[in-house]
Amino acid sequence: MILGLVAICAPLGDSCLSRGMTRLPTVSLTHPAALIAAVFTPWIATGIALLIGFFASYLTALSWADLTFVLPATAFGNVIVALLSRFWLHEPISIQRWAGIALITLGVSFVAQGPSRTERPGVSAAGVDVSKRVLQSATNEIDNSEEAVEEQLR
Amino acid sequence: MNFASQGGHINPWSAATMIACVVLCSTTGEVLTAAAMKSLGDLDEIRAHSGIKGAIRAVVSCPLFFAGVSFLALAFFSLLFALNHLNLSLVAPASASLTLVTNAVAGKIFLKENVDRRRWTAAVLVCIGVYFLAH
Repeated sequence: MILGLVAICAPLGDSCLSRGMTRLPTVSLTHPAALIAAVFTPWIATGIALLIGFFASYLTALSWADLTFVLPATAFGNVIVALLSRFWLHEPISIQRWAGIALITLGVSFVAQGPSRTERPGVSAAGVDVSKRVLQSATNEIDNSEEAVEEQLR
Repeated sequence: MNFASQGGHINPWSAATMIACVVLCSTTGEVLTAAAMKSLGDLDEIRAHSGIKGAIRAVVSCPLFFAGVSFLALAFFSLLFALNHLNLSLVAPASASLTLVTNAVAGKIFLKENVDRRRWTAAVLVCIGVYFLAH
């Protein structure tokens, strides 16, 4: 669900920003206040809200999955935009674009079959091994000191 | 081949440098952000324990996160600069596709991720797919 949100929110947010900015008169760098005013127009505000949603979902996905898993998986958003433009906006899609859609879908299905996170059993096993050795040597030292104390008492 | 956005002529090496800047900044930003989120652990678990405010506090108190966001901002401005000089039809697919491949390489080297044959195939297929889709 998080990956779906990442894939949907980013292209939708970009589309809203694009739509909002093209409806505004040309913004010049000499009048930066026009950019601040643009933030409060409905399309731009919706776009920013969607992009904040995208970034929050993206960070959440990165906290439990590898970067090399998240990036190809979320590239499916490109396919969603292409399909929306075909069936909602009735834009024509060339054979080359259909080929692109097929390749991305294939790529996403490849990566989705594998594990989302790199497991590091070697590291954790080594860590447990080191901890066991430290614990063992500490126990031996305690035993030795107990024996030394007993000998002194005798 | 002319790929200048405003009718002028751009040296292919200048175009390659602009795209390389976008890809480099973007990859550095993505890797730093991913490293920051990995160091924090599962955000869903943090949110379950300390609520949404605790999760936000955990993210914004991580220096790696700010380094990552700074590089992502730099990538955005490099993209704007490149778009000012080059055609969108060149910059968008080239940067999006190359970033996928450089991220796979950087993920393997810096984040020690297990980029197996399946992930390499996915990165290359998506890379070619994005290129086709943007043309």
